[in-house]
Amino acid sequence: MSKFAKKKKGLPAVNTAALPDIVFMLLFFFMVTTTMRETDLKIKAPKLPNATEVKKLEHKSLVSTIYVGKAKPADRAKYGSGDKIQLNDKIADVKDIPSFIYSEQEKHNPEEIPYMTTSIKADVKCNVGTIHDIRVELRDINSLKVSYSTRKGNLEENTK
Amino acid sequence: MARRENSEINAGSMADIAFLLLIFFLVTTTMDVDSGISRKLSEKPPLDYKPPIIKMKNILEININRNDQLLVEDEVMELEDIKQTTIDFLDNGGGIGKTVDDVVGSPCDYCNGKKAENSSDHPNKAIISVQSDRGTSYGMYITVQNELLSAYTELRNIYAKTQITGKYAGRTYEELLLLDAKDNDALKAVINEIKDAYPQIISDAEPTK
Repeated sequence: MSKFAKKKKGLPAVNTAALPDIVFMLLFFFMVTTTMRETDLKIKAPKLPNATEVKKLEHKSLVSTIYVGKAKPADRAKYGSGDKIQLNDKIADVKDIPSFIYSEQEKHNPEEIPYMTTSIKADVKCNVGTIHDIRVELRDINSLKVSYSTRKGNLEENTK
Repeated sequence: MARRENSEINAGSMADIAFLLLIFFLVTTTMDVDSGISRKLSEKPPLDYKPPIIKMKNILEININRNDQLLVEDEVMELEDIKQTTIDFLDNGGGIGKTVDDVVGSPCDYCNGKKAENSSDHPNKAIISVQSDRGTSYGMYITVQNELLSAYTELRNIYAKTQITGKYAGRTYEELLLLDAKDNDALKAVINEIKDAYPQIISDAEPTK
């Protein structure tokens, strides 16, 4: 009887030799597709408006981004409750936009400058007045390509 | 000391290390592509600039007030109707086109509009002027811009379907845009022809205070 009982073995362990290969494959995929977030948001992350007629922004290096939105609740006392503009990693004034754009332009070759685009990432709830002020500053320094950053989606969400 | 036999390196923890890195990249990755409504701002006019005289019938005036209500040509309008109004205005073709290099323009032979006297002469003369208030919400502004752009796209689609001949006949403008236009001059020419047929002339007036 004991002879037979000895023969009974447990399940063999699953061979995990190929596991690192699979994980490495995934790892390389994410390493290649990843783009590090360059700036921390000092303002509350803007809820972008929805639109259907959108164009993709190509050449990410030629895009300078201006964030518009409300200050974070913790910073309300410091910055007030109006629309705030964030350039690079600090909250700035509209008057700082020209120097911000110039510093962005300096990073590129002169022949690339006409193709540089300014992407305005503004919150649905912010005022057109703020956007207009930004537009005036951009026009004054002849940086005319602008993209109002939107997501693809239902238009009705914009006016809620 | 007894020499041990060279055994295989234990690679069991390699997966753990790789997982750690994987999770790091998973967390930091942002896959979203930046997309949006692109617009070219008008250049700053010189100080002694005199604006050209434009007939009122060639301007579609859209006002958005601070309560996000719409006024189109002095009439209250709902958001749903703005696209059709824009299409009717652009596609009217009641007169002759813009004079370029002293060559007098010709009537719009591809327009399907009513050819009314009191609406635009030609798509290349038709200007849409959006005046908003400083207090208008950005969401509303973008919605209106989006409706205007979709009106242009619809007209361009019709033009592409009916007027384009040759290799790219029978496709809509949106389908043509999806094709790869790099190093393809024929396609670029066709797209430019469609764009010139209905050029986007949207101006943002100084917002009211």
